[in-house]
Amino acid sequence: MRRDARWWIGRVVAGVLLGGLLLWLPQSYPAFRVNQFSLVITYAIAALGLNLLTGFNGQISVGHGAFFGVGAYTVVILVADHGWPHFAALAMAMLLTFVLGLVVGLPALRIHGLYLALVTLALATVFPQIVVRFRDLTGGTQGKRIPRAEEFVAPGWTGLANDQWRYYVLLAFAVVAFVAVRNLIHSRAGRAIIAIRDNETAAVTLGVPHRAYKVLVFGVSAMLAGMAGGLAKFYDPFVSSGQYTINLSIILLVAVVVGGTARILGPAIGAFLVVFIPIWLPEQYPQLSGVFFGASLIVLMMLAPGGILGLGTKLRLWASGQWRSRRPGPTSLEPGAVASES
Amino acid sequence: MDLALFFQRLVDGLGQGAIYASLALALVLIYRATGLINFAQGEMALFSTFVAWMFWDSGWSAGAAVMASMVLSFVGGAVIERLVIRPVGDVHTHALPIVIVTIGLLLALNELAGWIWGSEGRTFPRLFGTGAFTVGGVSMSYQTVGVLAVLAAEVGLLFLLLQKTKLGLAMRAVTSNAESSRLVGIRFGRVLMFGWGLAAAVGALAGSLYASQLATLDRAIMLQLLVYAFAAATLGGFDSPVGAVVGGLVVGVVTVMAGGYVSWIGDDLKLGAAFMLILVVLLVRPQGLFGKQQVERV
Repeated sequence: MRRDARWWIGRVVAGVLLGGLLLWLPQSYPAFRVNQFSLVITYAIAALGLNLLTGFNGQISVGHGAFFGVGAYTVVILVADHGWPHFAALAMAMLLTFVLGLVVGLPALRIHGLYLALVTLALATVFPQIVVRFRDLTGGTQGKRIPRAEEFVAPGWTGLANDQWRYYVLLAFAVVAFVAVRNLIHSRAGRAIIAIRDNETAAVTLGVPHRAYKVLVFGVSAMLAGMAGGLAKFYDPFVSSGQYTINLSIILLVAVVVGGTARILGPAIGAFLVVFIPIWLPEQYPQLSGVFFGASLIVLMMLAPGGILGLGTKLRLWASGQWRSRRPGPTSLEPGAVASES
Repeated sequence: MDLALFFQRLVDGLGQGAIYASLALALVLIYRATGLINFAQGEMALFSTFVAWMFWDSGWSAGAAVMASMVLSFVGGAVIERLVIRPVGDVHTHALPIVIVTIGLLLALNELAGWIWGSEGRTFPRLFGTGAFTVGGVSMSYQTVGVLAVLAAEVGLLFLLLQKTKLGLAMRAVTSNAESSRLVGIRFGRVLMFGWGLAAAVGALAGSLYASQLATLDRAIMLQLLVYAFAAATLGGFDSPVGAVVGGLVVGVVTVMAGGYVSWIGDDLKLGAAFMLILVVLLVRPQGLFGKQQVERV
């Protein structure tokens, strides 16, 4: 695709504006709001991992909340009980969830679509019970806390409040993760990952080592979820078994689908919405957001499988009259849309 | 080894397993009709069980309340198939969207139940009373005997329906070859709606039996029942009703035995044992004990 100067200028301006906004946010909001933004960042990283697996590789997981939980518990236990520094504990959490992802991904080679969803859903259901079973280590339903003296705080030279520092550190991790996944998708490996999703048999015929890719993608995806869970314990030092239920797994799935599957920035938009929609909805109906999320999964799958970013692309193509020329597939040729613009 | 205790656990396990088998039957009915695993089956059962509880709470007898909820669930299941599942597309080409839709349904139904009936636990009636009789040192509660009797009756009726009626023949035709069944004039959509309705009614019964076993009903319980039913259907084979029954009973006995004899597992990891069973079966024999092997055509 040929890209002219205008396209590049637009890109750079949008990037600078977005970057400026993200850097400016913690300066102008109170600490509790900044912590909510930090939560958005962790969900965005976890959803990025899930999107790599589900959106780009076509392997569904309803169990990423469990990987998120493993990452969180690893950081809290290593910091609180063994005195590890936060970053070392985070590295350990990533390593652990990567290996765990490989272990869950291995059966995924033989288990397709529906059954993989089944296994991961069972994993998400079992995880809180495993936490309770090993309550000596995890604190069980009572939970476990990083002691105040060990919490992750801003170094003196920054002059930042703790919540601001934590936000910036999380943001830095998120930027690295998003750029890394973007580059991965645009590489030879990324094309192989997408080819496996679109037609596994054809990909194998063309010599793509699909087994290695599928297992590795599962590992990397779980690692991103584990990293997000670990990072969440940088600003919120408490874990308990009730935090990492199936609902977290489903909410991560909602974030991917709402933002747009197989879109790099989709998870970020989705994560923002799944964090802030419950905050915006009236407080007297705490179940309302759950009903809303469940219904939105159903409605989006029927009407706009591409999510919000997919809608944006459709609109842009429609507005610029390129619908027919850029999307020649029979599925996207909607006579009504084409006729109305001519 | 204490034999009486062993037989006690065997009986308890069969009692639990009959309930798992009941929900697994609902899963299998939908899988056979549409080739789809219904992840919302447990929460549909939750909703139905709350409806049964509502009737019972307003003064109906427990049996009548469950019957009424089964009838309403039949209608609800058929409506869900028509309005939520079918518009998404065929499961063979749209597996991922349909899985996501049923997971959306799982979340929405669970939260909706919490919204309507609250999150605190409700007392659910014992459908078969609280008594028990003793056979050779093993205590058989009326509940366990009743649940097993209900399962037997359910299996018998389903067998008659599937094998001896024209409707059952149509359902089996849709299962074995959807396209040809259409060509010979079977009302394909109607049969699918009927299959979903039937599964919802069977699931409603399973949910009521489960709540009656626990004597309490809250919106967290059906997810666990669903995982046990998954284990049962996976073990038996997702396309086999016989497999669902055998699988359910085996899963019930295995989890009760594992929880009782392996102190490392205890009560906390019974569900974990079911999860391990799912993994092992899918790795060693993905089609289950009674299922037909899927042949992939390119």
